Amino acid sequence: MTDRPLVVFAIGNESRGDDALGPMLASRIESFLPQETRLIVDFQLQVEHALELEGARLALFIDASCITESPFTFREESPSGSSPTFSHALEPDAVLAVSQRLAGRSPPAFVLGIRAQSFELGEGLSKQARSDIEEAVIFVCDLLCEPEVDRWRAIARGRTGQ
Amino acid sequence: MSSSLETAENRGDLRRVVIDPVSRVEGHGKVTLLLDESGHIREARLHIVEFRGFEVFIQGRPYWEVPVMVQRLCGICPVSHHLAASKALDHVVGAAAITPTAEKLRRLMHYGQILQSHALHFFHLSSPDLLFGFESEVGRRNVVGVAEAYPEVARQGVLLRRFGQEVIRATAGKRIHGTGSVPGGMNRHLAAEDRDALRGEIGQVIEWSRTAVELVKRLHRSNPGLYDQFGAFHANMMSLVRDDGAMDLYDGTLRFRDGDGDILLDGVPDAMYRSVIREQVKPWSYMKFPYLQQLGPDDGWYRVGPLARVQNCDFIPSPLAEAERREFIDHGKGGPVHATLAYHWARMIEMLHAAEVIRDLLDDGELLAGPLLAGGERRREGIGIIEAPRGTLIHHYEVGDDDLVTMCNLIVSTTHNNQAMNTAVREVARRYLDGRELTEGLLNHIEVAIRAYDPCLSCATHALGKMPLALELIESDGSVADRLVRD
Repeated sequence: MTDRPLVVFAIGNESRGDDALGPMLASRIESFLPQETRLIVDFQLQVEHALELEGARLALFIDASCITESPFTFREESPSGSSPTFSHALEPDAVLAVSQRLAGRSPPAFVLGIRAQSFELGEGLSKQARSDIEEAVIFVCDLLCEPEVDRWRAIARGRTGQ
Repeated sequence: MSSSLETAENRGDLRRVVIDPVSRVEGHGKVTLLLDESGHIREARLHIVEFRGFEVFIQGRPYWEVPVMVQRLCGICPVSHHLAASKALDHVVGAAAITPTAEKLRRLMHYGQILQSHALHFFHLSSPDLLFGFESEVGRRNVVGVAEAYPEVARQGVLLRRFGQEVIRATAGKRIHGTGSVPGGMNRHLAAEDRDALRGEIGQVIEWSRTAVELVKRLHRSNPGLYDQFGAFHANMMSLVRDDGAMDLYDGTLRFRDGDGDILLDGVPDAMYRSVIREQVKPWSYMKFPYLQQLGPDDGWYRVGPLARVQNCDFIPSPLAEAERREFIDHGKGGPVHATLAYHWARMIEMLHAAEVIRDLLDDGELLAGPLLAGGERRREGIGIIEAPRGTLIHHYEVGDDDLVTMCNLIVSTTHNNQAMNTAVREVARRYLDGRELTEGLLNHIEVAIRAYDPCLSCATHALGKMPLALELIESDGSVADRLVRD
């Protein structure tokens, strides 16, 4: 596998209300992705996604989030062993941890969580989510202008007030 | 087929333990245990919130969109829904028999799905419990812990999973929202370069699958007392089998066996499913309880999935898996194997079979050329049944003259296993939890029993911050004594 500067995961189901935020944002930013970027759109994160990180210099996970009161959050993620017991899916930290165990390393990674509240089958985005995604698109496009770890870290620290 | 522990007397006087989902989005399972003052289990129930919006989601859509749309119902087994819907709608377009090329392509896609799903379940969800122990440190009991302690096992699991996903991509067009299967057949051949790439890996995939069967057999041998008795109970079995009695996960007729292994009903065509299967409603559960009509709800419930399929068929039509099936059958010493943990053994035998089927199909030139579509007299109704990774999946549609779906009924694998999973929970609660102080490790025994069935609870969504399970201990006065959130 050749080295890729950036791997972007956009996670969600387009037929389940605000869960579509990840894939919808991906479609909006696709033309802004730097060359050689690998964009992966899927329902859920699974173990084999760890293999996509091989050779990556930087990773970005985009997903709907139920734990933010702001339109979106942006934070750095570290490898960790958390894994739900009944879910077939993994969290970003577990994907990174599997990558680290299997390949000996995981790239610096960041998570963009967009505020979500409704997940009903067949529904479109909620009114709130339609507004939030516009802010997130502008933010991600700015990130992609300069996909450098130090810059993203500074932005993440700035957003969390650290 | 006792239903004891299903409903306790004087329920209001009992202490309640709830293993409950935090949200409706992910982890739609909830377990409630009622305990008396001495800690004896008086009632145990598994509740699964079955999302009944499926039918509404599908009704009113053009029938040709359905095989693609139904993949959005489930993020875990979208290919099974894709193919079951296609099989049902084959009848609507008058193509009860599709072309040989189309059937082989669908089979390749389906066995790729079986392989990747079984690999995911065993290596990701179940192996942590089996390798570390049910009461081992909870923070280690996950795929990351396996990758740390058993890196080669984890690596093979991930690569098996990826191979299956590549088979799906090569046949369906994409890993998700595939469009390869359509009513009446397929819309693409296998590309020669994809065939060659998959051929290059299949030998290794078969070897890894054999290793996985050996691993699960070694686990059984290491602790036969646990593996043969944990959650063991008599149950009927149901699955598709081929006309000659062979295991067939793509097509066939329904066969039912009783708990002694005797055939109850055989050769039931898909169109007749409603005449043999009924569904019981219980006031305490959202999910229905299917049963074989001729035996009634108390005695007619059954298991589906690998443990049923491996024992319901007369043979597996691939040599390595058939040899493993024979060893599995011998393990029962003349009777069916009913131990819940034997699901894992049976599942790995099926994974090996799937790898052998894929190998054989890749040698078939008809995958690369030949007619893809069949048709005939238009009909208003179609029923398709397939053996999804976790069990029998039924899709049933009615379509109006305007080509819009007017009726949709799905019976998914997890619903078929509803009573069996409840019985497993009760058996485990009775044997391991009764009268003891409840700890996370002991409660994990309940989860181990449920996980063996590989129930699909996720319904295709996963958002950050959605924790799948919480555990609450509630006193008889209703107050919460303790609460533990799983992450």
